[in-house]
Amino acid sequence: MSSEFNQSKILLSASSLNLGYKEKRSVISVAEAINFEIKTGELVALIGINGSGKSTLLKTLSGQIPALSGEVKIDNQLLSGLHDKNLGSYLSLVLTNEPVSRQLTVMELVALGRHPYTNWMGQLSEIDVEKVNKALSQVDLIQKKDKLCDSLSDGQFQKVLIARALAQDTPLILMDEPTTHLDMFHKAYVLQLLKTIVKTSQKSILFASHEINLALQLCDKIILIDEGKVDFGTPSELIQKGAFKTLFPADFIVFDEVSKTFRMRIQDD
Amino acid sequence: MSLSLGSVSIPFEDIFKSLFGLSIENSTWEYIIVNYRLPKTITAILIGSGLAVSGLLMQTLFRNPLAGPYVLGLSSGASLGVAFLIMGASLLSGFLGEFLYSKWAIILSASGGSLLVMLAVLSTAQRVKDTMTLLIIGLMVASLTSAIVSVLAYFSSSNELQLYIFWSFGSLGNLSWKEVGILSLCWFIGLSFAVFCLKNLNALLLGENYAKSMGVQLKKNRILIIVSTSILAGSATAFAGPIAFVGLAVPHLVRQLVPTNDHRVLLPSIIFGGAILMLLCDIIAQLPGTESTLPINAVTSIFGAPVVIWLLLRKRKLNF
Repeated sequence: MSSEFNQSKILLSASSLNLGYKEKRSVISVAEAINFEIKTGELVALIGINGSGKSTLLKTLSGQIPALSGEVKIDNQLLSGLHDKNLGSYLSLVLTNEPVSRQLTVMELVALGRHPYTNWMGQLSEIDVEKVNKALSQVDLIQKKDKLCDSLSDGQFQKVLIARALAQDTPLILMDEPTTHLDMFHKAYVLQLLKTIVKTSQKSILFASHEINLALQLCDKIILIDEGKVDFGTPSELIQKGAFKTLFPADFIVFDEVSKTFRMRIQDD
Repeated sequence: MSLSLGSVSIPFEDIFKSLFGLSIENSTWEYIIVNYRLPKTITAILIGSGLAVSGLLMQTLFRNPLAGPYVLGLSSGASLGVAFLIMGASLLSGFLGEFLYSKWAIILSASGGSLLVMLAVLSTAQRVKDTMTLLIIGLMVASLTSAIVSVLAYFSSSNELQLYIFWSFGSLGNLSWKEVGILSLCWFIGLSFAVFCLKNLNALLLGENYAKSMGVQLKKNRILIIVSTSILAGSATAFAGPIAFVGLAVPHLVRQLVPTNDHRVLLPSIIFGGAILMLLCDIIAQLPGTESTLPINAVTSIFGAPVVIWLLLRKRKLNF
């Protein structure tokens, strides 16, 4: 066994996991038979078209909604057995479209990430301040730490939210579309940032995204949800399987295996 | 200042003397200060800060800048409780007798009424996330309760009606020291709940999903915040009648001055701001130089509504 194998352990695993919602009388199944394992230091993308169940999977993995069946383990502990109070030290979230107050300074917002570790008044200890500063410098926002979030651009604010998750200092970070509302440069920048974070800090990041082309170039593993079925593997494994061929209607968008990109099919009429 | 102004004018000097236990020439003045003006000033401070804090708690809990005890129908709920008590009392008086007319009964019914409305609004708020819907629901609740009050009023005697109408005008005066004691106890309990939630209130600034992911026990904190709000707004309404705008406007006014949403800074500032605003309204209500006193509810609205409109026009959006 190589030394690299010893270093990385399985951080998040799902076995025969079924996703969905329980309504009053009926059960709505979103995706079935999901199996995957995410190791420490891996950047994993969660890919699927709109409405395929990416958000449902993230909500299930973060304990916001219960799984229909199957099990999720974080760091070898059953997610369903973890108390709300302790969840905050295992995983942190980066979400979009939350009613986050922007009337906080960058420092204050990022410091909220220390919430699980501070006393009842939320007083920051020296260690807390150190971790907040480290998180701020990781996303290159240390000069802006006293600015109000209201004055930041969308891209900068996204970095603040990522820094908050970093300050929470959990082995696992789950992100729901961290690159929405960003231009192409900032999309690439943020994903590159995530890559740097997992490589330098031994954290694992699972992020849902529509940036398939970027994800294919950058990610260690991909979870692909396509019409209720879930595939998991490295980008090249999934390409070999032909998993991407049916993701979009073939007369509109085709997958080019050579360049590993999706391309529009230009119709001449 | 608020001590010196009133239907009988008393010089500043003498007020300080009587406050520090020195005897002053005019014993009537001393009586007025100790038994009328001082309780009233303390009431204004407690009620102003209590309503302002309950407004802040609701704005954070709902993550909605329009939330406040009056706008969301909390005060109407309290009014309904009191209306049932005063106007329905003749039906029940056989069972409960004296108890019905005590201040405790009014407090209980006002708090109960506002708690009920708060729970109703909260359960709908979880289903609808958008500001306008919530606001409209609050307005509907308010008009529903006022309709029920009208029905009650139609069937009640003129005595009971008068009692209710005077209560609904709002008044900071007429509280004995014992009643001020009860009010400060409610204020203290309500505020302790709020202080206990301080840290989690900050987490809630990011929205409930983030808060939960950071280990905040949502259900428990939601209940604590609701109970705190209901006690603060309910007791204030019970003693001083339904007072509009303080709960909504003070948090926004204070946010203009304090450039942060950190509740550890915001809460004390808002307690202070609410108290000052209420004292100001009280001074205006006294109509300095005249012998009549305006209903405090009218003053807060006349003063508060233009302030909120001005804020909206100036900033175009509420920072929050």
